[in-house]
Amino acid sequence: MHPSLSFDQAPPISVPYRFFLVAPWFGVLAGILLAWAGGEVFVSRWTPEALALTHLIALGFMLQAMCGALFQFIPVAVGGNVWRPELVANTVQPLLLLATLLLVAGFLFGRPVLLSAAVPFFLLALGGFVVVVALALWRTPATGMTLWAMRLAIGGLAITVLLGSLLAEALARGLAVPIVELTNVHLAWGLGGWALMLLAGVSYHVVPMFQLTKPYPLWFTRWFGPLLLLLLLIWSARLFLDLSRWLPLVVLPLLLILSAYAGLTLWLQYTRRRKIHDATSLYFRVAMLSMLALAVSGAAFVLWPVLGADPRSAVWLGVLALAGIFVSAISGMMYKIVPFLNWLHLQRLGGPISAVPNMKKMIPAEAMTGQLRLHVLAVVLLLAAVWQPGLARLAGLALAASFAWLGWNLIGSVRRYQGFRDQIRAAA
Amino acid sequence: MSITAPLFQHHKHCDEIFAQAEDACASGDWDTGENAFALLQDQLETHFSSEEELLFPAFESATGMTSGPTEVMRGEHRQMRDLLAQMKGALAARDSDAFGGAAETLLILMQQHNMKEENILYPMCDNALGASDVGNSLAERLKTS
Repeated sequence: MHPSLSFDQAPPISVPYRFFLVAPWFGVLAGILLAWAGGEVFVSRWTPEALALTHLIALGFMLQAMCGALFQFIPVAVGGNVWRPELVANTVQPLLLLATLLLVAGFLFGRPVLLSAAVPFFLLALGGFVVVVALALWRTPATGMTLWAMRLAIGGLAITVLLGSLLAEALARGLAVPIVELTNVHLAWGLGGWALMLLAGVSYHVVPMFQLTKPYPLWFTRWFGPLLLLLLLIWSARLFLDLSRWLPLVVLPLLLILSAYAGLTLWLQYTRRRKIHDATSLYFRVAMLSMLALAVSGAAFVLWPVLGADPRSAVWLGVLALAGIFVSAISGMMYKIVPFLNWLHLQRLGGPISAVPNMKKMIPAEAMTGQLRLHVLAVVLLLAAVWQPGLARLAGLALAASFAWLGWNLIGSVRRYQGFRDQIRAAA
Repeated sequence: MSITAPLFQHHKHCDEIFAQAEDACASGDWDTGENAFALLQDQLETHFSSEEELLFPAFESATGMTSGPTEVMRGEHRQMRDLLAQMKGALAARDSDAFGGAAETLLILMQQHNMKEENILYPMCDNALGASDVGNSLAERLKTS
């Protein structure tokens, strides 16, 4: 009757963990790079180090984590069947890792041949991932706005990868394409069409679920995704038309819907039924406040061009988007998903359920909130370093330390999983 | 009204009681926590048994799907009953850490269980059982006032 309906809860635990365990260490590399290179990195978004940093975070941390989370999320949240998740994950994850390292090295060392070498790996890894995920998302009998947002997001990822590949080839071979305009369109699809679309779709699902808030209003979830998509399409028209005079008419509505999403999420959290706070809810709050800060400062840069003319203004927005919004939201999600997956897989071993430690035994609460504080400090230092280059090295160290702590917390959780698993098996 | 609408509303009702029980036990107000928890356990049990005794058998006989979604849902009911038992033990021992840990686990399990029911299974039940009187029986059993 419903051949594609997946009611099973999850792929093997190694599928998401393979991505989650690697992701934070790319953030550590980003921090070390900044600490080593110092304040000159933030002079503009086009320095080789800034490009390398951006992709270490966006591909190494964000995309790794988001891919891993999707393998988990699609069957559970929207009842979709991902085709052979173990095989796909075992292929996609190392290819993505390799492609990211090649690309970053290409930027950092000014070696176009490495950029070009990264392209086939990206196309293979992410092309395969997009096809498998899109099939699962289109075949599921489930309905709802989370599903629609995820469908739009996977389309956004496909566009981002194609544009990114074109850019890498253009840089490597000196193709005659408008690099700046293409880059602006590439990053809008990557951050807006993929990452934000996915974050919004997942929020519709997890914000009410983790915090017992009211649901997002239907009018909002119906309009947010299509409006975002429409604005991205208009933004992309700059590749073909001279839109410079009209750009504020795209950017300001875009910032407005960002603020609406962030403001609404904060309000839902504020009026939630569950009173308990934890690292996940605090991380979400940091992400939403960063989004509001990005919207306000972005609007200021558009309305007062004197401010926006400084090349550092784009770096400021980039720090808010990458470190402030997405790293925060993803870290918060990991702190909820990983303990739950540990529990879920342990209780499937078949021992008495009383033998399975609960979620709070998987990562100590103090380790999560401590790491969160260090991350917030790193974001503040990064933002300050955009205008005060002398702080860049310190900001880099703080960033590396906070990612290392995140990575360590996740490793600890997997170790505990293994320890509990062995105990349960021995007792059985 | 869809036949599963009462189950939808009852999920929200149980969420409300869960939040009260968790909040009270976390802040050491054990008497309030005990009352809220007893109500939670009672209401969840009513919910599970309504599904297991009325909805699922009707769905299974209408569709012939006996080993699919309903079996997974029954398994998750069992897990939630076990977690409720752990919470009860922690409550009796006045152990707020153990209570909070089991409550956190129950919450996530319960929420993702509810989402699967609300987004997938209930619409399937509405389709398969629209013309039957299962809806009235469910509404009767799940009256919350």
